[in-house]
Amino acid sequence: MLLIHCPYCEEMREEEEFSPAGQAHIVRPLQPEEISDEQWAHYLFFRKNPRGLHHEMWLHAAGCRKYFNATRNTVTYEIMETYKMGLKPSVTASEEGQS
Amino acid sequence: MQQYSGFGLLKHSLSYHENWQRVWSNPTPKKHYDVVIIGGGGHGLATAYYLAKEHGITNIAVIEKGYLGGGNTARNTTIVRSNYLWDEASHLYEHSLKLWEGLAQELNYNLMFSQRGVLNLGHTLQDMRDIERRVNANRLNGIDGEVLTTAQVQEMVPILDCSTNARFPVMGASWQARAGTARHDAVAWGFARAADGLGVDLLQQTEVTGIRRKDGAVEGVETNRGFISANKVACVAAGNSSVIAKMVGMELPLESHPLQAMVSEPLKPILNTVVMSNHVHGYVSQSDKGDLVIGAGIDGYTGYGQRGSFNVVEHTIAAIIEMFPIFSRVRLNRAWGGVVDTCPDACPIISKTHIKGLYFNCGWGTGGFKATPGAGHVFAHTIAHDEPHPLAKPFSIDRFSSGELIDEHGAAGVAH
Amino acid sequence: MSQVNRIAGSSKRINRNRTLTFSFNGKEYKGFEGDTVASALLANGVDVVGRSFKYSRPRGIITSDSQEPNAIFQIGSTQATTIPNPRATQTDLYQGLTASSTNGWPNVDFDLMGTVGKLGGSMMPPGFYYKTFMFPQSLWMSYEHLIRKGAGLGASPQQSDPDSYDKMHHHCDVMIVGGGPAGLAAALSAAQTGARVIISDEQNEFGGSLLCSTQQIDGQHPSQWVEKTVAQLSDMDNVMLLPRSTVFGYYDHNLVGINERRTDHLGEHQLQSTRQRVHKVRAKQVILATGAHERPLVYGNNDVPGCMLANAVSTYINRYDVVPGNQLVLMTTNDNAYKTAIDWHQAGRKVVAIVDTRSTSNGDLVNKVRKLGIDIIFGHGVIDVKGSKRVKGVDVAPINASNHSVTGPAKHFVCDTVASSGGWSPVIHLSSHTGSRPVWNEDIAGFVPGDTVQQQHSCGGLEGVYALSKVISDGFTTGAVAAQAAGKGEGRYAGKSPKTSDPQEDASMALFHIPHSKKTSRAPKQFVDYQNDVTAAGIELANREGFESIEHVKRYTALGFGTDQGKLGNINGMAITAKSLGKTIPETGTTIFRPMYTPTTFGALAGADVKHLFDPARFSAMHKWHLDNGAEFEDVGQWKRPWYFPQPGETMQQSLERECLATRNSVGILDASTLGKIDIQGKDAREFLNRVYTNPWSKLGVGKCRYGVMCKEDGMVFDDGVTVCLDDNRFIMTTTTGGAAGVLQWLELWHQTEWPELEVYFSTVTDHWSTMTISGPNARKVLEKICDIDVSNDSFKYMDWRAATVAGVKARIFRISFTGELSFEINVQANYGMHAWKAVMAAGEEFNITPYGTETMHILRAEKGFIIVGQDTDGSVTPQDLDMDWVVGKKKEFSFIGKRSWTRFDNKRDDRKQMVGLKPKDPKFVLPEGAQIVFEKNQSIPMKMVGHVTSSYYSACMGYSFALAVVKGGISRKGDSVFLPLSDGTTVEAEICSPVFYDPKGDRQNV
Repeated sequence: MLLIHCPYCEEMREEEEFSPAGQAHIVRPLQPEEISDEQWAHYLFFRKNPRGLHHEMWLHAAGCRKYFNATRNTVTYEIMETYKMGLKPSVTASEEGQS
Repeated sequence: MQQYSGFGLLKHSLSYHENWQRVWSNPTPKKHYDVVIIGGGGHGLATAYYLAKEHGITNIAVIEKGYLGGGNTARNTTIVRSNYLWDEASHLYEHSLKLWEGLAQELNYNLMFSQRGVLNLGHTLQDMRDIERRVNANRLNGIDGEVLTTAQVQEMVPILDCSTNARFPVMGASWQARAGTARHDAVAWGFARAADGLGVDLLQQTEVTGIRRKDGAVEGVETNRGFISANKVACVAAGNSSVIAKMVGMELPLESHPLQAMVSEPLKPILNTVVMSNHVHGYVSQSDKGDLVIGAGIDGYTGYGQRGSFNVVEHTIAAIIEMFPIFSRVRLNRAWGGVVDTCPDACPIISKTHIKGLYFNCGWGTGGFKATPGAGHVFAHTIAHDEPHPLAKPFSIDRFSSGELIDEHGAAGVAH
Repeated sequence: MSQVNRIAGSSKRINRNRTLTFSFNGKEYKGFEGDTVASALLANGVDVVGRSFKYSRPRGIITSDSQEPNAIFQIGSTQATTIPNPRATQTDLYQGLTASSTNGWPNVDFDLMGTVGKLGGSMMPPGFYYKTFMFPQSLWMSYEHLIRKGAGLGASPQQSDPDSYDKMHHHCDVMIVGGGPAGLAAALSAAQTGARVIISDEQNEFGGSLLCSTQQIDGQHPSQWVEKTVAQLSDMDNVMLLPRSTVFGYYDHNLVGINERRTDHLGEHQLQSTRQRVHKVRAKQVILATGAHERPLVYGNNDVPGCMLANAVSTYINRYDVVPGNQLVLMTTNDNAYKTAIDWHQAGRKVVAIVDTRSTSNGDLVNKVRKLGIDIIFGHGVIDVKGSKRVKGVDVAPINASNHSVTGPAKHFVCDTVASSGGWSPVIHLSSHTGSRPVWNEDIAGFVPGDTVQQQHSCGGLEGVYALSKVISDGFTTGAVAAQAAGKGEGRYAGKSPKTSDPQEDASMALFHIPHSKKTSRAPKQFVDYQNDVTAAGIELANREGFESIEHVKRYTALGFGTDQGKLGNINGMAITAKSLGKTIPETGTTIFRPMYTPTTFGALAGADVKHLFDPARFSAMHKWHLDNGAEFEDVGQWKRPWYFPQPGETMQQSLERECLATRNSVGILDASTLGKIDIQGKDAREFLNRVYTNPWSKLGVGKCRYGVMCKEDGMVFDDGVTVCLDDNRFIMTTTTGGAAGVLQWLELWHQTEWPELEVYFSTVTDHWSTMTISGPNARKVLEKICDIDVSNDSFKYMDWRAATVAGVKARIFRISFTGELSFEINVQANYGMHAWKAVMAAGEEFNITPYGTETMHILRAEKGFIIVGQDTDGSVTPQDLDMDWVVGKKKEFSFIGKRSWTRFDNKRDDRKQMVGLKPKDPKFVLPEGAQIVFEKNQSIPMKMVGHVTSSYYSACMGYSFALAVVKGGISRKGDSVFLPLSDGTTVEAEICSPVFYDPKGDRQNV
């Protein structure tokens, strides 16, 4: 069971206070009407779902009610960092860096 | 393939069981196969079996990075049912259930398919509306089902707390008599043995590391045992589907989540059916060995670790006690996790892709085990003909663009 | 016959001044305080304690700890307090304890199934059930019925548990698992840095292996050191000691789950305390000091009662003053087990021989035994045991371990006990729980913890460190290192290690399976996993059949699937597999241990979250009034809402008709407090609403209300409700009762992750307000009497809201209507809810104001064609499908949530399921909700279904029944007939019509 650092509360809190909220850094298309159904589907449904480092969102649901980002290893469940909404991760997988 | 029977057992007992044949061989990979199947779980093995049996394609390799049936096939709660809501889903699962009904004989392997029935409890008025809707739909689709009153539920499962004192009193249930459980490992072994018998190569401890393509078509797979060329590559990797897709630069509409299950210590027979409750959020059956086999809801985060969080176990056990207060002093023996690949509409993907010769069967979420023969059957057809089987057609990956989702969430909450 | 095996002895671990009486399988026995059920049974000379699962062979006690596979009992005297499957070796004796075996019919001493097992056993190799019982398919259920009868261990209680359970949460610097020499030393050294330390141990007292050891520490009996150390720890404020507390699971990010058994040793049901308590410990550092388990050897008929683990024999002698037999044969691969022979000899009973599989040894213990004149037979093994319900003798033969053969004739020895030791296996279970793979250590022939991402340390036996002096110093070091890692101390233990002198030991032999003169397949059964009757022959057969992965072996043979989870047999099973496949053990690999370390009570895992605390119910401020007035309740989300208010003698239908008519004809009142309410503020609040709702909000004036529909980004409706404009920058959004939390989260998600530039704030105020809706032609007359503002139609229009004083308290009144009648929703501060409700009831008395519940609300709104999200919609319905295109803004600049998805192919089909009304041909017949709809009456199965009934009622106001439904292309099919094939085999007909049945022009709400 995870122990998560809320970057807003600046405290380590129990997983039960949080709700996972899926992949982070997905940006809503600015002009949804301008893109194809396939592009729209990609935004809506398609996910990286990596085995390894994952940038994901969590909501501190029973705390400050803030969404934030985390970089977590989906195999070991280690959390490398949590960071506020709008910021970029400082830990990235090497292949991510290349793309 | 050596035939199994009671008589055979007797005969072999006279020779101290020294002469049983291998159930499957341990071949060296060939250079080329007509079809390479990535993933040696129940679905992959069933796909290979039906390709060989019904489509005459026997030059097949099933490539498994670990051991056969070692993923979700080995980790699920063994429930088989077909009482899904939407036509597309229920037809697919019913196709599977019908195959289950003769599978032990067909495979000459006792899968211990036990049609002991499944109860889906309703605890609210809306639960009961949904149950009515689903059972009516099942009935008109030719799938057995009944709506039971609280009194009928109580008669069927006397140890279930059907009193009005319960936090969420039982208001009734749906009942599918033909549903039940099967011995999960045996399903993989039965298909593996039969596929091997038809000439399929089962390559264990073989890991796919890449998929080679040329001009928009697959050429074969890179593995830790070298390159294996193939006309067609079918991915049946469940929780790891996204990892395989990434090898060809694809993303899928999937998230892989931990799904936990657990068993009590073995008990004398006390529960004769499968009891599921979406509202209270737990479900339980009793295995032939006597364990209470209990399923939890999925953990909300992405996880490939084959383990989930402890609070899910706590909540699930609380739910079981809520339904069955007499189990409070029973003890939990073991808890474990699988990795389930979930789709946004809680329905699978059985599909061709934009890459010629590359197929995916994934996204089964919590529903994969029960679909094993059916999924294998329609996927084999899809691969053999390069055209979706009619039952698989609605499950194409294109539905995410067209909007033709088959939303089983409403009916299935925890759709095990 | 009483306690024939209890010797004079000097153990302080039992209290001879307190004799306890207990019963086993209906017979009474006596033991002492401090005994386990197992030690007491052995003291009384009880040999057979159960029957095996498959072959029904008589079985006795093998171990003294959590490895025990055989002594699995049913304990307890009532159907409420009975416990299935505790191990006798881990159950403390108490006065009056009632225990029985879990298998054996009619009883364990005379078992008919045993005969079947002997005859049919040869037909039951591993996997036999996969190979038979297949024909015909229809008979499997009958076979299964018989198989199930023989399966299972104990029986579930038949009555509810009278005990309670709870949980505690802790944070600490260093959590130490195991209170043996390593753990105690680690605790002392960590605690001396000032670190907060928790140490737990599964046994009834601390000391671990020292509780049964005679090896002196500082020149004294080891219990002295234990007592002194425990006393030191108890005196420290920063240390918490948890005896009788099993760590059942080690979870990610250093969470340790502990089950403390608080009363089980006292009796069956103790009123003064919770029975068990789960401690959830978040530790900065975890030290695993779980020690090691002795491995038995695998040899012929090694399950005959009297065959035991060497260390267990020593434990019974040294800790409980119980010698479980008279003539011992000890078989060993190592020096360490010679202690058992010494203990036995010193207890005054005969050691027949020591059978050592090695060619020789000159270790200190071996030489000590030599001096005692005990016969040592090197290079031999016990290849077979004679006897059925008790060992009568053994066959000992020279063996060659390297080619697994017997090299000479066997010699028979008469004895009644066989102790065996194949060395020790570190207890790696917990370190595996978090996904860490154990690694094989050749030096100790055992697995030790592998790499992990947890903040984890291990010491002592778990690391394969077995010499006592090294174990203790390892504990001291590890404790200090862990404390330092947690930010305390210098990382070095400052104190002095106690003096112990470890006997010099010669090398052990890595041997697991003793050869027999016959091939394994033909040799007497050699058990590997006793509880599941897994034999060496069975494992070899599985390997021959192609089950080569250790996981396959496990699953095919059931090796390790017992309640001991393979503690006793797994390593032996892996070794046999490795041997038969010609691989090494590390190549073969190990299975992964999962929680629970030992079985854990369901009740303890649930804690207090049972019964009414399973999911705490929410009540409105008027709940007591509803109770007092006879309401029946409906569960909606977590809320208990009044469903209807039956009067004496009424049926539900009669109540509903009365409530509906009263509302339509005079005035009714509904408790609407449970609807979600979100206070939305900020200069961009309006823009935000424009983006999350489908309809426009730019022009909604202060003092006005508007209905809104919210979609998910896939275009499907997911909530609706009325939002009121309090001020230009402030709105109150109303949500569905069940959807409140989800909607708030949804708004926050979009604001925080997508549009942080919008200045808007959300606050849930659901619980701040009590809401009552008065509805009906006399609603205004009621309101007028208790309200300080002009509520006439001219000054307080439909879809307006006003601040006012109602019954003397501040209120917000919304003039909105979910019934189609003149309707006012009165909101007051929740604390005044009951007061206001009573005032309204008093004012309404002259109009016969009638309280109604959710069911009448549903009928009245359905008569008007108003939808209930979640009942009439299911996550696949768009506003257009609901024929609610009017709620979709056409000119909104921003591409609001859901809009883009409506242009996808599937959304443009004209045969989508659409919301319509249905009139049954028989006006008295109420269509069942959930009934499926077809266009063609006469179809064969499978039928082509085109929709279903979502809401259906009898309308007392209109005098006929009606329904809402979704039907393919329904909006353009009004007037068409559809058919509903019902579950009773009948098919009824209905006509598609407008979903607005009552007052279609909406005059009544505007008066």
